[in-house]
Parts: sequence; structure tokens; C-alpha cells
Amino acid sequence: MTWLVPLPVVMPLLGAALTLLLVGRPRAQRWVSLTVLTATVAVAATLLFRSSVDGPLVVEVGGWVAPLGIVLVADQLAALMLVVSAAVTLCVLVYSIGQGTADGNEETPLSVYHPTYLVLTAGVCNAFLSGDLFNLYVGFEILLVASYVLLTLGSTETRIRAGTTYVVVSLLSSLIFLVAIGLVYAATGTLNLAQLVDRLDALPDDLRLVLQGMLLLAFGIKAAVFPLSAWLPDSYPTAPAPVTAVFAGLLTKVGVYAIIRTETLLFPGGRTADLLLVVAALTMVVGILGAVAQSDVKRLLSFTLISHIGYMLFGVGLSTALGLSAAIFYVVHHITIQTTLFLAAGLVERRGGSTALDRLGGLARLSPLLAVLFFLPALNLAGIPPFSGFLGKLGLVQAGVADGSPLAWTLVVGGLLTSLLTLYAIARVWNLAFWRAPHPDMPGVGDTARTATGDTARAARPGPGGTAQVARAAGGTAPAADAGPGSTVPAAHGGGTAVAARVDGAEQPDRGPDPEASGVVLPRLMIGSTAALVALGLALTVVAGPLFDVSTDVAEDLLRRTPYVEAVFPDGAP
Amino acid sequence: MNPNLTYVLVVGVLFAAGVTLLLERSLTRVLMGVILLGNGANLLLLTGGRAGGPPIVGTTAEEEMSDPLPQAMVLTAIVITLGMTAFLLALAYRSWHLNGHDEVQDDVEDRRIMELADRDEGPGTADTDTGDGDSTGAPARDRTASVAGDAGRAG
Repeated sequence: MTWLVPLPVVMPLLGAALTLLLVGRPRAQRWVSLTVLTATVAVAATLLFRSSVDGPLVVEVGGWVAPLGIVLVADQLAALMLVVSAAVTLCVLVYSIGQGTADGNEETPLSVYHPTYLVLTAGVCNAFLSGDLFNLYVGFEILLVASYVLLTLGSTETRIRAGTTYVVVSLLSSLIFLVAIGLVYAATGTLNLAQLVDRLDALPDDLRLVLQGMLLLAFGIKAAVFPLSAWLPDSYPTAPAPVTAVFAGLLTKVGVYAIIRTETLLFPGGRTADLLLVVAALTMVVGILGAVAQSDVKRLLSFTLISHIGYMLFGVGLSTALGLSAAIFYVVHHITIQTTLFLAAGLVERRGGSTALDRLGGLARLSPLLAVLFFLPALNLAGIPPFSGFLGKLGLVQAGVADGSPLAWTLVVGGLLTSLLTLYAIARVWNLAFWRAPHPDMPGVGDTARTATGDTARAARPGPGGTAQVARAAGGTAPAADAGPGSTVPAAHGGGTAVAARVDGAEQPDRGPDPEASGVVLPRLMIGSTAALVALGLALTVVAGPLFDVSTDVAEDLLRRTPYVEAVFPDGAP
Repeated sequence: MNPNLTYVLVVGVLFAAGVTLLLERSLTRVLMGVILLGNGANLLLLTGGRAGGPPIVGTTAEEEMSDPLPQAMVLTAIVITLGMTAFLLALAYRSWHLNGHDEVQDDVEDRRIMELADRDEGPGTADTDTGDGDSTGAPARDRTASVAGDAGRAG
């Protein structure tokens, strides 16, 4: 079965090449991407099953024997991450296809979207499977370069601004990683993870600490751990909704995966455990305080993303089987939930025309289905009892209590506080965006149904009742008088040129955009894929028992270290 | 293995110069910094391996061979740095195209918070404060609106 191991990397790369050849034929591109990602999910699931039965599956790439060539190792941790990430990327792909179809922009410049998306998937899979430090670096670079392109799609002003920060910070973290690799090689003469186990153990403690610190710094930037996390909320929210969703779900978790892998396999013994715990506490609390202060759904979610990275570090920092197991469970849970929430935020943006909380309202009445799709993962994220978020946090709290040190207790308190504040932040979104009266700026609200076709021009169109809307005078300060049968509307629509009055909207009623493009009716594919992810998140609750068994297995294997080494070197490490 | 002191010093100088440039506002200078840092990292990788003759069986005795692995890694790293340089250049060009400069800007929200802080510290009554809020807040809000527009279009 080892021939399956390289497939999650090879298939998306080949698919990327194929979709690049098919530029200009969006339909074919979509089918290629869908097929490739579906196959990746299937392969990943098979790998998870085989690796839990037979132990880690190892492939020597190109037939070069282990310490000389590069190995790909699919142990249970890697396979588990593969399954979750592949499933999430597939759902997000369906979502983005739905969005592209609804916007009618299949032809326009985003033909590069599918190839880049597949390259991103290949990079993520390569990072998970890599059994070699340099190959891990290459995996990171593949996914980062793809993410640069995805983040600056369309290269508008805001995206260039956000992209610049993101690219420079990521480049810096990659350089730190590269330097760390150079130092590790100079000190040990190998980069094979399994071979490094013994060689690093033989090094003096001070030197090991330097190497560990360098690697932690590099991965910490990628995972958006607190003092190194400022780039994330600046850059993620500007990207298109599906891109933000897949970034939020996967990219930071690849960093967390790398931290778990190196901390357990290469640097056991927890010399940096206290540092990790302190950083975890700060990440949780500072992150969620940032979320509480936000007034934009996407930014708020970006901050909860940072905050909940702290939970995973908490488990890793405890470096007990219980803690690691809970951390791995939490990673799986968080990939699913955070992606779902960003997709739901994309739907909110579509339906409400904005993600700014002061411009939203009444979504629960306008679109009950969307409300459900947001509400369930939101409660799940906050850790309300029956959901997997609660179970993950419970596992971490148990691990912290079992550890019993003052620092662990602080973390337990910090974790509970963060959970509470997450609930507060999410409840704020719920109250403002879903419960209160609809904001007059939102499309499809009574007679004031309008749609944003661009940044400046907004075409008025007839309301559902057929009563054509009378043009409103909208200048910087002039009050807008609504002549429709509804209420009068305060003149607070952005000011300046944001609202351009259009008389022709009333005169040419058939020029109104179709309901899907305007967001009044949400496209079925987008709803469907989000619902699928919500269901996946709920399914994690149902299968939490078996999943915890798997993660406990994984944690024990990680702490023993020998299964990994023996799989790569059956005859003992050279 | 004794690393060559010249290499170590050159790596140090490259890193120092690279970090200095990285802290600049102009993206072109940042790019220069990234290039210098990348070269420094490559040289560091190279320093990590044994120096010697070409690692080809038959031309060099085995104990005199140089270590080929760091060279292979440096090749990969050079290619990656090349790609990133091209991408950053494109970003800088696009930024210049859009804004007339290539300076790395502050985040919209950071700017808004700074404005809020300035207003809090500045003299004035509550009335003038709200007046300021409308005039200074408008461009920031417009930017947010264009963010929403971008996200809606893509996918």
C-alpha cells in the first residue's frame, strides 16, 4: 500500500498542471479540481486506515535509500491531518465554484485560481507527509507561494496592501526556517527526521536549545502564535471568502503540526515546555481580547483563530500523552470549525452586502438557513457542551489539571476565560448581525432592496412588491428620503460617493440583477458546501470517542518516538 | 569540521545588512533586504557541509570529497528565492501602479485606531469630536467597503 503515500502530493500537482493547460475552459477546470480533491480525500482516508493497522507507511522517493534520499512518512498523525485537510479543501472548492458560478465570472481573470488552489493543497500534503526537514521547508514554500497568489488575486489596492505584509512576514519566517535547517545540518550532518532523533540526542544541551529555538520561532510565525501573530488579522480578511476560509483552516495548522512534530520527535523532554505554556496563555487571552474589540465579522474570526491556536500549544506544551491527544483532537476540530465559520462569514457578506457589524442586522429573519449555518459552528467554537469544541477543551482542561503545576492551572483558567470570551464575541456577532432589525443598506430588505454592483455605483431596483423605488438623494450630507411605503431611512450609507442615486433603476425595472448575483438568494452550492462542513463539525462530536482513541494512539506513538524511527529504518538508524 | 571564518563573517554582514533593509518602508528596499538575507542563508547552508574536491567517484578520493547535499539544498533555495524576488517585484510594481509609490502601508484598522487615539488626546468638545469622526472616518469606511466589493467578486 505504500504506493499510496506520495499520491496526495502528486495528484494535486498533476491536477494543477492540467488545469493550467485548461485555462479558458472553466468547466473542465472545475471537474479536474473536483476529481483530484475527491481522490485525495479517498487516498487520505485509506492512508489513515492502513497506518492505524500496519503502523507508519514509508516511501523512499525515487528509490533512494533512506538517509540519502527523501522519505515520505504517513504515520497516523500525518494521515489524520491529511484526511481533515483534504475534506476541508474539497468543501471549500465546491463553495468557491458555487460563488464563481453565481457571480458569472467564470471566464474572467481568475482562471489561475484552480491551479493555484491545487498547488496549495499539494504543499499542505507535502508538509504533512514529509519525513525530512528540508522537504518540510519545500512543502512550506509550495503552500506559501500558492497562498501569496491566492491572497493577492485580482491585485486590488487593499489586497496588495495586505499581501505585502503577508509576503514579507512569511518570507522572513521561511528564511529563519532555512537558517535553522542550515544549523541543524551543520551540527548533525543529516536532515532526515528519523535519523535526527539519535543525532540530536547526542548533541550538547545548549546547542540543541538553540536549534529548537530557531525552529520554534520559524513555526511560531507560521502558526500565528501571539507575539508573532500580528500579520494574520491584517492580511486574511481581505482575501475572497473561500481563500480566507482555507487559509484559516489549514495554513496555521500546518505550523502547529510542524511544532508538534519537532517538539515530540526531535526535541522531547520539554525544555521549552514552560515557554510554550506561557506563550499559549498569552495567545489565547490576547487573541480573544482582540476579537472582542472587532467590529467586522471576518476580522473577529481572524482573532478567534489566533486565540484558539493557544489551545493547541497548551496541549503540546504539557507534553503528556493526555495533553498531546487533546491538542491533536483540537487541531482536527478547529480546522473544520474555523473554515466553516469563514465560509458562513462569506455567506453573510453575500446576503448582507458587508461583514461590518454596524451594517448588518436581521439575518436570522431574512435567511434562517444562514443563521443555522453560522449558529452551530459558532457555538461549537465557543465550546458549548455537546459539541466537539467542548470535548476538546474538556480534554485540555483534564490534561492541565492532571499536570497540576501552577503554570498548568493558570492555563486551565486562561482556557476557560478564553472560552467564555469567545462565547461573548460570537454572541455579539449573533445579536448584531442576526437578531436586531435589518439594516436598510442590506440587499433585499423590504422596498429598499438594492445591490452593490461595485464600490461606488449602486443600482436601485424594484422591490419584491413591484413598487418601483423612487430615487433617493444621496450626497455627503443630504438626508435620503425614502418614498416607498416603508419607513424613512437615516442617511448613513457610507457618505460621500458610496451611494449614487440612480433614477434609471425605477425606469428600467428589467435591468435589475438576478437574485443570486445580488446575494438576495444564496447560491445552492455555497449553502450546500457550508452545510456539509457544518455537518462534518457535528459529526466530529458524534465520533468524538473513536477520534479521541485515535488521537491518544497518535500521542502515545509520538511520545515513544520509536514507531516513527523504526518505520523509516527497520534495521536501526545508521 | 572547522567552518571557514570568512564565510561566517560574510554571512553575518549579509544578515545585518538584510535586516536593516527589511525594516525600511519602501518595498524595493525590503526586497533588497530579502535578497541579502536569502544569500546569507544560502552561504550559511553551504558552510554547514565539508569543503573539498568535486564529489564524483573516480575523480576525487572519498575522504577529500566535498559534501554535495548542502549544494543541492542551496540550489533549491536559490530557485525559491528567485521566484519570491520576482513575485515581490511584481507586488512593488503593482503597488507603484496603484498608489504612485511602493511603500508598505499600515493596516486600515491600525490607522483608524491611531486616528481615534489622536482624537482622544487632542483638545475639543464632544461636538467637534463627532464632526471629526465623520470627516476622518469616511475614507477608512470607504476602504472597508471596497474590501467587501473585492471579496464579493472573487472566487
